[in-house]
Amino acid sequence: MAKRGDVVIDIEKCKGCEVCVSVCPQEVLALAPEVNKKGYHYAVKVNSDCTGCTNCAIVCPDAVITVYREK
Amino acid sequence: MSENLIKPENLVYQKTEALTDRVMHYCPGCGHGTAHRILAEVIQEMGIMDQTIGVAPVGCSVLAYYYFNVDMQEAAHGRAPAVATGIKRVFPEKFVFTYQGDGDLAAIGTAETIHAINRGENILIVFVNNGIYGMTGGQMAPTTLVGMKSSTSPFGRDTKTMGSPLKITELIAQLPGAYFVTRQAVHKPGNVRKAKKAIRKALEYQKLDKGTCFVEIVSNCPSNWKMTPVQSNKWMEENMFPYYPLGDIKVPEDN
Repeated sequence: MAKRGDVVIDIEKCKGCEVCVSVCPQEVLALAPEVNKKGYHYAVKVNSDCTGCTNCAIVCPDAVITVYREK
Repeated sequence: MSENLIKPENLVYQKTEALTDRVMHYCPGCGHGTAHRILAEVIQEMGIMDQTIGVAPVGCSVLAYYYFNVDMQEAAHGRAPAVATGIKRVFPEKFVFTYQGDGDLAAIGTAETIHAINRGENILIVFVNNGIYGMTGGQMAPTTLVGMKSSTSPFGRDTKTMGSPLKITELIAQLPGAYFVTRQAVHKPGNVRKAKKAIRKALEYQKLDKGTCFVEIVSNCPSNWKMTPVQSNKWMEENMFPYYPLGDIKVPEDN
């Protein structure tokens, strides 16, 4: 079974470009209906299927995603 | 049910220390941010943050000196390779890179680019090509594709009056001073990993005093292409990659 992972998103720095959403193989990420202080719909986790593959973090232009994976 | 995984021992990816905490001014989805990040990650991984000097260009990435947590110098428009030449000659033991867009490197700075590479200056040039002048409002660049609309080619680029898109990377690969020339992209995880490896290789060659290394990154410009970031990445794959194919253009013969 794939290892479990988790992501932490710095929502105030997220610009809602959605690039992370399109590269997540587990469809963990989506844009929130709410906006941050800058008015962007930020990325949020919508399920707990994350495997900690880091795909989202390495395509994030603003480096707002931190990834954890169980050892 | 699920125990908390957010613990320091489970950390597998976080923002590199070689980038400052400042929020980048780039538009959402712009490849510049990713290109900055992988270059900064390589600098941190090689442990050369205190030995690296970067040269920022004019264009969208003019404020690059705010984002890299290394010594930076701003150059006049297009003159980054000339400034980097000076820095490298004064500090030959330092790692010197320039970070330039297509307007800076392939238009106003063509002469500096070609002559610095022809002299084989031992620097890394990172060239971000999005086929348009982003900062000034989407005017046609030398690298704008045939038929591509921009604010100064509203009916599409016509080769009869505007010439053909300039493949500056293939052009400079012919020069004897160019040691390692490659073209990469940063829109998908696989491409980001490859581009990062290419930058790592280039900086390793710089340590060995091999000559100019040139890494082109084909990128997007969602704002001026008037698309969403995800659409612009798709458009880039369909239109930019056929004309600017990804891959190594010149690899060292001795390995």
